[in-house]
Amino acid sequence: MRALRTWISKLAGLWTSAWRERELAEEIEANLQLHVDDNVRRGMSAEEARRNAVMRLGGVEPTKQIYRETRTLPFVENTIQDFRFAVRQLRKNPGFTATATFILGLGICASVAIFGFVDAALIKPLPYSNPDRLVGVFERIEWCHLCNISYPDYVDWKKLNKSFGSFDVYQHTGMMLTTASGAEAAKGTRVTDGFFRTLGVTPVLGRDFFPGEDQPAAPRAVLLSYSGWQKRYGGERGVLGQTVTLNGEANVIIGVLPREFHFAPAEPTDFWTAFHASGECDERRSCHDLYGVARLKDGVSIETALADVKLIAQQLEAQYPQTNRGQGASLEPLKHGIAGNIRPILMLLMAGAGLLLLIATVNVASLLLVRSENRRKEISVRSALGASSGRLASQFVTEGLVLVAAGSAAGLTAASWAMKLLLALIPADMLEGMPYLRDLGFNPRILVFSFVLAALAAVLFSVTPALHFALSKTGEGIAEGSRGSSGKGWSRVGSKLVVVELAMAMVLLVGAGLLGKSLYRLLRVDIGILTDHLVTMELGAPRAYEKPEKAIALERLVLNQIESLPGVRSVGIATDIPVSHWGNTTWIRVLGRPWNGEHLEMPERDVSAGYFRTLGAKLARGRFFEESEDASKPHVAIVNQAFAKQYFPGEDPIGKQLSYISTPPVPIDIIGILEDIKEGPLDTDNRSTLYVPFNQSPGNYFNIVVRISQAEQPLIPALAATIRQIDFGIVTSPGETMTGRMNDSYSAYLHRSAAWLVGGFAVLALLLGVVGLYGVVAYSVSQRTREIGIRMALGAQPGSVYGLILKEAGWLTAAGVGIGLVCSIGAATLMKALLFGVRSWDVETLLCVGAMLGVCALLGSYIPARRAASVNPVEALHTE
Amino acid sequence: MSDKADVLQGTLALMVLKTLEGLGPLHGYGIARRIEQTSGDLLSVNYGTLYPALLKLEQEGSIVSEWGVSENNRKAKFYKLTRAGRKQLEKETRDWEQTAAILARFLSA
Repeated sequence: MRALRTWISKLAGLWTSAWRERELAEEIEANLQLHVDDNVRRGMSAEEARRNAVMRLGGVEPTKQIYRETRTLPFVENTIQDFRFAVRQLRKNPGFTATATFILGLGICASVAIFGFVDAALIKPLPYSNPDRLVGVFERIEWCHLCNISYPDYVDWKKLNKSFGSFDVYQHTGMMLTTASGAEAAKGTRVTDGFFRTLGVTPVLGRDFFPGEDQPAAPRAVLLSYSGWQKRYGGERGVLGQTVTLNGEANVIIGVLPREFHFAPAEPTDFWTAFHASGECDERRSCHDLYGVARLKDGVSIETALADVKLIAQQLEAQYPQTNRGQGASLEPLKHGIAGNIRPILMLLMAGAGLLLLIATVNVASLLLVRSENRRKEISVRSALGASSGRLASQFVTEGLVLVAAGSAAGLTAASWAMKLLLALIPADMLEGMPYLRDLGFNPRILVFSFVLAALAAVLFSVTPALHFALSKTGEGIAEGSRGSSGKGWSRVGSKLVVVELAMAMVLLVGAGLLGKSLYRLLRVDIGILTDHLVTMELGAPRAYEKPEKAIALERLVLNQIESLPGVRSVGIATDIPVSHWGNTTWIRVLGRPWNGEHLEMPERDVSAGYFRTLGAKLARGRFFEESEDASKPHVAIVNQAFAKQYFPGEDPIGKQLSYISTPPVPIDIIGILEDIKEGPLDTDNRSTLYVPFNQSPGNYFNIVVRISQAEQPLIPALAATIRQIDFGIVTSPGETMTGRMNDSYSAYLHRSAAWLVGGFAVLALLLGVVGLYGVVAYSVSQRTREIGIRMALGAQPGSVYGLILKEAGWLTAAGVGIGLVCSIGAATLMKALLFGVRSWDVETLLCVGAMLGVCALLGSYIPARRAASVNPVEALHTE
Repeated sequence: MSDKADVLQGTLALMVLKTLEGLGPLHGYGIARRIEQTSGDLLSVNYGTLYPALLKLEQEGSIVSEWGVSENNRKAKFYKLTRAGRKQLEKETRDWEQTAAILARFLSA
């Protein structure tokens, strides 16, 4: 109780210090007077009485000091004092303070902003219950390890497995929504009934699917995503029980999913429909179009589960050799499938931002060193007057803390803007597939991360100058008048720091250079077609057009109508167009070769007769399809060069026959060999591809490609209007130009954003590195003014003074570039996966970057060198 | 003055309290003089320890201070024992007597 009272009283003492100080002085004075009076009364003379009293009183200052320390909490009092002093010191030096705060803020801003994305994509727990127990379930073939599973296989896996507590499948698909004004394309996902229970998600409104509600006999039901509910129904609670017509079927809305729910592999999705297995594909064991998600049973590891499903896949392979040959199984933690694809680029950016922060911190640390060097005299005096080394060190720590606090505040503010800016730079359709970025912003994890960064910086900033002084004897400071050896001491530490800065800047520059070159190569990769003046649009016709003759009639009508549009030179259609994916595969075999039931799997594209001419694709040999080649004519196919090389090495494929896996086989004549077209993403290798006439394999979904002789953009709305005139029930995609498609493709986007961001970091790093070098050289020049003066007085020419200074800078730059070179090759090897068409030790890039860094560094040191060369020897010697 | 002992650490507070109990409100100089007199001028009170000791007692609530006027019309800060101070004095007296008795027994053994 008494201890508490004392403590409170001491705490209160912090605020009343000035008043208490005065009161103590008065009390001492009063008592002194009493003593003097006493002495006088005892017969001393006035003077003697005072002398005696003062003597008896002893030293007043130590008394006051002990009194002060008793009165308050000395540690807190000192800290407050240090803090005030630090703020005053920093204020006195606004140039230094602003520079240091800015540089530090920049580094923290970059790191925190990028960490925000890393957190949202990779760290933040997924909005499912116990997300770590969820796995993605896939079928596996030789060239596709995480591939779709077929519905019959799913049913068997679900029945036979012993590892999954629950197992469901989903199919993200385009849906045709019937509205009052005709048909509209909508994004939807078909899921089996337990999908949301497996994830552990419950609707915010209405109910989840009943078990069995996904069976064909059950009435069709649909759940709305929160955003779909808001967008299409204005968030009305009355939607429950309403019907919505999707793909021509009426579905009853039974619920709305929570706002925070997202499922990236199937985003964007407005409508989550119950599965209702129906149609040819759902019944065919070899039609793989679903992805699985399962919750592991308690205590079952992913390895055990994998062994389990692999065994099932083997059983099915034995049981259904016709359809399941070569169909294995694979599992991966669900979180890899959610944001796994942007993991490498995020790691790269985080590393880049980290390097930038490192450079920024080193830069500020060296600024602090210069400053502490200039304060050597002050420190020496304070030390001589009795300041303990601990007290002096705590001063530096406080200054470091104040600086870091200011830098962090600036950095965090900037980071919140930077995150918004970066988010705004992601194209809207790309962002829809990254729903985890929706709620990007500050959260406790980001704050903890920032705090750790700040703490590390604070340690560095307070340790550097304190250590610097601890290593050198403070007494020297006075003796040498803040000149001479002390200056050299700083140069030694400072120059090491600047080498680090230059080396790190080199790493970032090389990274940016390689990424930029990758992007350049990627956008100029030969995709086998002429990309300019080409417009594409996707089209989906209602079920009625599934009948072959109706589909062909629609195709002809579409081709005719579009051909007559002004400026159109030619038009073609295909089930999938270049720069999309290597999926939509088929199984074939080569006739006339021994056959044991095995198949060749490859992408198949069903194309119109004029498709290749419209694309500007080149025929290596043979001929293109003809419009008249339909089901009534012999089946024909065109293969690409990759196909010819892979399956007919040293043979001429033309005239050979293929067949789908059917009994009896139906021969397909190979009539042409096409130069490879990049059907998949830009950064993938070409694969064997099979092209067949649309008229021999018609369907109600296809893409239109149009070659025009004039501007591309105005044609797009005309295309949509023309198609809509044919049938209001047909839906179309927004349409795009082929060059736009390439530029906006996912791989181009990833490469571009990586190149720009790392490039931005690199430019900043270069700037900081060169400024750091300038600082070192300029400081060294200012320390050597006297020496230079003497040299010049003794006849040194300005040229040799330049040489003297530039040599120093040259050595530092060479060391920085040399170390940077080694580090860059290491760093580039780590980011190999993100490079395209460039080796990690690309000599051109390394040379360019080295030269650029060298030139910038010499420019930075030229300024102080010029100052050195223009030193007036007489003045220089006088001022010293 | 070299033959005079400094006040033993920890006992100064007890002496201050006892002095104030005996003489009522008193200023710092008076307390010091009184302690020196009581000791038969064997002790010398160091002001460097007196002021912090007074402050500590005040922080603990054993004494309170107030500015007043001395017998010869000088302004001075007077210290007065509080009720908590009285209790504190009793307790410390008991403790001290016990310690002294133990020590005496040791020394005479």
